[in-house]
Amino acid sequence: MKELMLGNKAVARGLYEAGVRFISSYPGTPSTEITEEAAKYDEIYCEWAPNEKVALEAAHGATLGGVRAASAMKHVGLNVAADPLFTISYQGLNAGLVICVADDPGMHSSQNEQDSRHYAQAAKVPMLEPSDSAEALLFAKKAFEISEQFNTPVFLKLCTRVAHSQSVVTAGERVEPAQVPYQKDPTKVMMTKNSRDGHVRVEQRTKDLIAWAETCDLNRAELGDTSLGIITSSTSYQYAREVFGENASILKLGMIWPLPEKLIRDFAAKVDRLIVLEELDPFIETHCRALGLTVEGKDRFPICGEFSPNLIRHCMGMEEPTCTSLPDEIPGRPPVMCAGCPHRGIFHLLKKLKCMVYGDIGCYTLGAVAPLNAMDLNVCMGASCSGLHGFNKAMGPEGEKKSVGVIGDSTFIHSGITGITDVAYNMSNSTVIILDNSITGMTGHQQNPTTGKNLRGEPAGKVDLEALCRALGYEHVVVTDPYDLKTTEQVIREELAYEGPSIIISRRPCVMIKGVEHKPPISVNHDKCVGCKACMQIGCPAISVVDGKVQIDRTLCIGCKVCTQLCRFGALEGTC
Amino acid sequence: METKNIMIVGVGGQGTLLASKLLGAVLLEQGFDVKVSEVHGMSQRGGSVVTYVRFGDLVRSPIIDRGEADIILSFELLEAARWLEYLKTGGRIIVNTQRMEPMPVIAGDAVYPEDLVTKMEAAGALVDADDFLRMAEEAGSAKAVNIALMGRLSLYFPEIPEAVWQQALEKNVPPKFLELNRKAFALGRQR
Repeated sequence: MKELMLGNKAVARGLYEAGVRFISSYPGTPSTEITEEAAKYDEIYCEWAPNEKVALEAAHGATLGGVRAASAMKHVGLNVAADPLFTISYQGLNAGLVICVADDPGMHSSQNEQDSRHYAQAAKVPMLEPSDSAEALLFAKKAFEISEQFNTPVFLKLCTRVAHSQSVVTAGERVEPAQVPYQKDPTKVMMTKNSRDGHVRVEQRTKDLIAWAETCDLNRAELGDTSLGIITSSTSYQYAREVFGENASILKLGMIWPLPEKLIRDFAAKVDRLIVLEELDPFIETHCRALGLTVEGKDRFPICGEFSPNLIRHCMGMEEPTCTSLPDEIPGRPPVMCAGCPHRGIFHLLKKLKCMVYGDIGCYTLGAVAPLNAMDLNVCMGASCSGLHGFNKAMGPEGEKKSVGVIGDSTFIHSGITGITDVAYNMSNSTVIILDNSITGMTGHQQNPTTGKNLRGEPAGKVDLEALCRALGYEHVVVTDPYDLKTTEQVIREELAYEGPSIIISRRPCVMIKGVEHKPPISVNHDKCVGCKACMQIGCPAISVVDGKVQIDRTLCIGCKVCTQLCRFGALEGTC
Repeated sequence: METKNIMIVGVGGQGTLLASKLLGAVLLEQGFDVKVSEVHGMSQRGGSVVTYVRFGDLVRSPIIDRGEADIILSFELLEAARWLEYLKTGGRIIVNTQRMEPMPVIAGDAVYPEDLVTKMEAAGALVDADDFLRMAEEAGSAKAVNIALMGRLSLYFPEIPEAVWQQALEKNVPPKFLELNRKAFALGRQR
């Protein structure tokens, strides 16, 4: 039966049909739904791991146990998983292993625009790249065949437009590969001769894969009008068909590492002019140039940002559709923290105290935008803790007394624990605020090791954050409610003044979690409101000023009363 | 058939994803090739959101570019103006007249433009503007604004029987909200 399916869901379906029995992942846009959708199949054990390195190691462990396994992550997650990746590539497997990685050209929801294809080349791991949902399903299954035939992990690489687009697929049946018995193999210990042999084996494997790539059905030359030939893959293939039509000559690459040589040379020989169409880095183009081919690529198309049909038309000097716009300036609509978000009060206080705020990755990165403007920088998962430590060691008391790191609960478990260990071990006068909202918020509410529930919402182990921090050497671990501005301000002041490492846990669940109590909306006493706009400083989307008086949007307000604490005239009243 | 392009635009949290899911299901049922492209993640937190729906005999690109949309279905007035440049010459805009002020306007750093419907018409767009929020509230919940808008959109597909839309509603809406959504759909479908 034909159905419309999200690319990520199609990957999950492909993993299911391939007989996968184990998936371990860490959520990250645009990869998250792969694991969430796979978890709907009872036949697959699925889990959220603390981070991508752990997830890949766990998935690899499952293959040692003899079952097909997978791990899904976003592009920056692959940086975290890179350590096991390179050695697993040498070591080989006992059953198929597929690593799904989703890039985010255009950075819809990411802090950088790195191109994961370089990891395939660097770790010498084959990489498949589907161009729509039907291929996502098919390639997920194909990846396991390649994995087991060549004894290698295989990448299934997506981009936002494949991961988050729905297109038509026809689902198939699941296969149930027999579990492969575990046998101790002395060559699996990666040291001295075994590692050297592993590298030799990997180099031969790449040669074998190149030979296979020449004729495999993942790569195909679609010949038509030969005045122009386009080498492309992924969603760029779809754009190429859109712009150049069904009669254009296209070499569509479904496996983008390792790349074939003869197939590309033969295609190039048949066309008058050769173009490589690929988002981000000149990866295929560099390969073509190494083959000595004359090719157009990044001299014509940008490295930065996402492609679109009009961008390709523009770069090719083709006519673009006419369009219209208004003379008015259209105000932007950036994302904002939700009304009642527990992070809001903390950022208001950090701004008031003029703190240097080392941020991290999550919803709370929105603390950086107007009117809060309360974040100095962020880098990657966990950098708020270790980065702050380095900053304070360099700055001394001048930094220590007015700087904090802020990190969410899930991000803290992912990569913050080692950072705060650095702080405590090296006796840094640093204050880290853990924003514990009891969920992984930004990626769409996934459970994590601090929530006491697993991926399916069932009871699970629960990290005791206070006990953990004390065990790491923190004498000062203070819990505060971010809705209580007065107490929280006092806590921040005290911990900044304290000579030693300290942790503040700002604890209040995300208001979007199902079952979290919403209080009645705040009401405005218009007789008392003087229109001073003090309550507007916190950037709550429920608050606006109409005709000089504050107005509360009753459909958004959840009665958190943070704004009432800012009003010096008692104009904002909670009803209970 | 040449590929047709519909954009669904609004503010994160307004229910645009359910609308595109419904539309996709209806078009697939009609035997078309369909692609729907969404944006998840960061922008959903009250930001400007867009979903592209394309259908025809064979759909290639999952996204719609400037000057390519046949119809823009907008959940909010300012968002219709924001995406206007994606409309084809002579294209149709269906817009909910609800105004939701974005943070730069709330903060006083920008102004919400006035008379947007008139201005969009002057720019050559065919505009069908209505208070779909009122219809949703009349049906029983402000959240049904997406379904009221789908009701109006259905009028622009005279070749698709209403029963097909109703079936898609049944399949994609939880049973306890079905009656409410049917009412919102019917109100949207009346002019």
